[in-house]
Amino acid sequence: MKNAPSPDDHLEMFRRMCLVRELEEELGRQHKLGKTRGPIHRCDGQEAVGVGVTAALRTTDKITTTHRGHAVYLGKGMMPAPVVAEIFGRATGACGGRAGHMLVADASVGMIGGNAIVGGSIPAAAGMALSIQVRGRDEVAVCVFGDGAAQTGICHEAMNMAGLWKLPVIFVLEHNRFGLTVPTEVQSAVSDFTLRAAGYGMPGVAVDGNDAVDVWRATAEAAERARRGEGPTLIVAETYRVEGFSTSDMGGYQSPEEIAAWKARDPIRIAFDALAPAFGAERLEALRADAVAEMQAAFAEAFAAPFPEFEVDTACAPYSTGAN
Amino acid sequence: MAMMRYAEALNAALREEMTADPDVFLFGEDIGRYGGVFKVTRGLLEEFGETRVRDTPISEQAMTAMAVTAAMTGTRPVLEIMYADFIPLTLDALINQASIYNYIWDGQVRMPMVLRTQGGGGAGAGAQHSKALDSMLAHIPGIKVVAPATPADAKGMLKAAIRDPQPVIFLEHKLLYNMRGEVPDDVEVPLGRAVTRREGTDVSIFATSKMVHEALGAADLLDRDGVSAEVIDLRSLRPLDLGAIVASVRKTHHAVVVNEGWQFCGYTAELAATIMDHAFDELDAPVRRVALPDMPIPYSEPLELAMLPSARSIRAAVLETVK
Repeated sequence: MKNAPSPDDHLEMFRRMCLVRELEEELGRQHKLGKTRGPIHRCDGQEAVGVGVTAALRTTDKITTTHRGHAVYLGKGMMPAPVVAEIFGRATGACGGRAGHMLVADASVGMIGGNAIVGGSIPAAAGMALSIQVRGRDEVAVCVFGDGAAQTGICHEAMNMAGLWKLPVIFVLEHNRFGLTVPTEVQSAVSDFTLRAAGYGMPGVAVDGNDAVDVWRATAEAAERARRGEGPTLIVAETYRVEGFSTSDMGGYQSPEEIAAWKARDPIRIAFDALAPAFGAERLEALRADAVAEMQAAFAEAFAAPFPEFEVDTACAPYSTGAN
Repeated sequence: MAMMRYAEALNAALREEMTADPDVFLFGEDIGRYGGVFKVTRGLLEEFGETRVRDTPISEQAMTAMAVTAAMTGTRPVLEIMYADFIPLTLDALINQASIYNYIWDGQVRMPMVLRTQGGGGAGAGAQHSKALDSMLAHIPGIKVVAPATPADAKGMLKAAIRDPQPVIFLEHKLLYNMRGEVPDDVEVPLGRAVTRREGTDVSIFATSKMVHEALGAADLLDRDGVSAEVIDLRSLRPLDLGAIVASVRKTHHAVVVNEGWQFCGYTAELAATIMDHAFDELDAPVRRVALPDMPIPYSEPLELAMLPSARSIRAAVLETVK
């Protein structure tokens, strides 16, 4: 099939999903030990969305994501060490410890950035696409946002302008079925979000959000369309939030049967089963073990790193002259 | 040197910056085909085309958020928000987005965006189209807020704002657009510098935008009262030219601060506190404030005019402080 990742790219998606999984599980363990600070929003079980989308992009393409963006950070090409160090507020973090896990950015790989105002990533990508269009660049801007964010007013405004101006943007709705604790059916007048695309003059496609290849295909096609100047695409990636909203979530509102059913469709297992015939289970297990070791090394490095020193940001100073 | 109206000076600044830098682009409601509700962008669509001069839908929230990320990915957007009263719609993009990224991302991005808007009363536009929300905007660290009072400053400061690496809120006034004044051809006005509009020895009046002209009117009236008033046009609300403020208070030992926004938690409160913090020992009397009463702006002409700071109300405040 033409529109499919190469076997090596598919293998790399598997490896990156393993990295993300280990990051999330280790964060869960560190939280239990009392070593994390502030809420942590895990994306385990949803790795195929962030990793599949970013694997279909170029380094020069821009992406912005949600407060649950670890798969996008690592997918877009950030290394584990600066991501983990940022999550632990270290000077060696990607943003010097100023951002925290929800707002990570690395402009050098087009990861700009996590956005923890729900709905914030949607106009953010549209604005980057506007910039690309004004400058006549061959780039694409992408946002990942959730089904909760899809209910915001700013979502409507941004999608309308993107459709109106045929901006080179891809709207990836990571449909994990919950806005904090409230399920989609209690939030949205329609359950099929692809219906909304028609209102903005753009195609809307649903994909299996737990199958990285399916996500990759839709993204690659949307990116080509955007680069041809044909405008935005809405991709609805169907997945499920198997962990709570954040580390502070006490749970009790998701049915165990539903969680078990989605865990049975684990994105890493789906990739493993697809790759095993060509590469062999042994090689995949070795790759997974390497990813775990790499992520564990990133945690060790972060814990050994110094904290940043506080400095007043003179760019924000209220006075231009005289005492500051 | 050319004589031009305030709106024409802004238009000239936009044209010059768009000519000099292809990354500068404009978007906002009615700015293209119509040339702007206050005619500031007249002729620019014809000159620069639809990619760089965009009429937008009525979507202030997303437009402002889009200006933020357009600015951090290589362009210099100049967004027009038709009335300052619509600023509340833009606040997430300003407070939670534009103001944080340069710091939070450790200097990885710059944010050269300009948000032009106009506020102020006196035009019979009612409670939703007459406000000055200066203090809400000047409250935000990481964003500059400027408010030119003359055509020359309008041009010089808009050019400086477009070239600035930080977000700049550019506050215009609906009753200044037709004001005429001399504009030097190569006018340059750095942001964050106050200017003395009138020298005086007995009291310092600090103001911005249209209130500068009311303060100058007050100074004329005060002349007849035998009071010599110095009028300082702050021009920039944030960052504030503290040096100029302290120097003037040191000279006159009396201060009256003026702003067209509400008094409670308003811009005059910040000015008064700033003078207390940095020049308390120089004061011979408490700082007096002239601002809007804390209530909505009514429509009927005598009601609206009774509410707005004026040369007469500024004169009265000065006489209170120097008595």
